[in-house]
Order: sequence, then structure tokens, then C-alpha cells
Amino acid sequence: MAKLTIGCLSSLVGSMSLDFAMKLAEAVSKKGHDVDIWLSGNGTSLVKAGQKKFLDYPYHGARLKNLLDSGVVVTACEACSEARGIHKKDITEGVNVKAMDWYLASMFGADRVLHIGGE
Amino acid sequence: MATKSLCFVVQRPPYKSESSKLAITHAISSQTVEVYLEDDDSVEAKLAFVGDGVLNCTKDQKSKEHYAIVSITEHLKNALLSDIRVLVCKEDLEKFGLSPDIVPDAEDMGADINPEIVSFEEILEEMESADHLLFF
Repeated sequence: MAKLTIGCLSSLVGSMSLDFAMKLAEAVSKKGHDVDIWLSGNGTSLVKAGQKKFLDYPYHGARLKNLLDSGVVVTACEACSEARGIHKKDITEGVNVKAMDWYLASMFGADRVLHIGGE
Repeated sequence: MATKSLCFVVQRPPYKSESSKLAITHAISSQTVEVYLEDDDSVEAKLAFVGDGVLNCTKDQKSKEHYAIVSITEHLKNALLSDIRVLVCKEDLEKFGLSPDIVPDAEDMGADINPEIVSFEEILEEMESADHLLFF
């Protein structure tokens, strides 16, 4: 079993990069590997609870919950979240909120790192 | 005991997006990563500016006056003060007509290291020696 760390700075809406990151995490987790997801910058838009599904926009509410339930560790950058008005009370249950050093520590123990920059 | 080397490669210009700032702040966070690691384990971060990314490496940016945010100049100086190596591609500076003198140092803050203006080939070598590459 290996560990993949995915960092994503792209937003939930307006880019399909986060969509790709989520689907990749799902596929890797299903193969039995460990996955850490780090969300920074606009990537923190993923973790806000209560998002509504529209056919015109990517929606990952159910996928995020399934990933968390399967043991994928999802962590959002605290400063990036707070700067966007996403406070701890607004965040999907099970998602961690940490400083950027968490991401570097995750990379330390990762066999592979996939960093997806922002738009 | 182990050290993992991370190379943050910045290819995007400043302010148009958040990318370059996030590269620098993530690199600086290597200073506190030990709280998550075993004793004697560590992470070594370095920053490499290439392509449009070299436009980040200019002195006296006025973002506080114009955008009310900390400038990339200040972030770069903080990185140098934290002993994070800052590599700037010599050829890409030349392409923009920028002199190496325009790249900020942090001597006024007491930094022990200076930015390194190096060839793209040297940056490639640094990238090859890193355990993980992160493109911003």
C-alpha cells in the first residue's frame, strides 16, 4: 500500500481541476492506497457544507462524504478558508482545518505527490 | 532521520493569480513542519522562479498601496530570512530585459543568504535532485 498526497488550489466552480482531483482520490482509495488531500487557495471552496447541486456546476458533496468515510484525509488551509469567509462552523464534518505545514508533512510521508495549481 | 527536499517551481506572474504567493508561503511553512514529524526528520524547501514567474522577483513592489496586501517582495524577503533558497532563472530575467539587480535580497532584515540568479540548466538540476516538485 502506498500513499498519495494531492494538493489542489483550483476552485470547485470555474475549473474542472478539483473535479479531477476528487475522482483520482476516489480511484486511488478504492485500490487500497492512502490518500491525503490538501486544499489551499480557491480549493477550499470544496469544503463548505450545504452546497446545492445544479446541473451547470460541479458538485461533490456526496463524493466528499464518501471519501471521508473511506479514510481519505481531507484538510483545508485555515487562512485560505477564513479569508473566504469559510469558518470552521461552515465546514463539512470530518474535514480538517490546518496551516500549510500540514501539507508539507503529508508530502514528507508520501510516495507520490500530485500538486494541482490554481487557475 | 530523513530529510525530504521539496522544490516549489513558480511559473506565474504576481498578483494576476494567488499562485506565486501561495508557493512562497507554503515554502516558508517548512520552518514549522517539524511539529508533525518524528525527531530528526525534516523538510527542506526551495523556490525556483522560471518563465513569467521571474516577474515576481522585483524590488519595491507597491501592493500595499494598490491592493492593501503584503507584496511578493516582502514574502520573498521573508523566505530568504528563513534560509529558504530562492533560485531565479537568469535567461528568463534577460528575456524580460530585467537586470539581476532588480531581484530583492533581505540583507536589511539580517538574512544570511541571498537570492541565486542561475541558469535554467542549474534550476533543472535542482528540480531533479528534489524528492517532490510542485508547480505553481
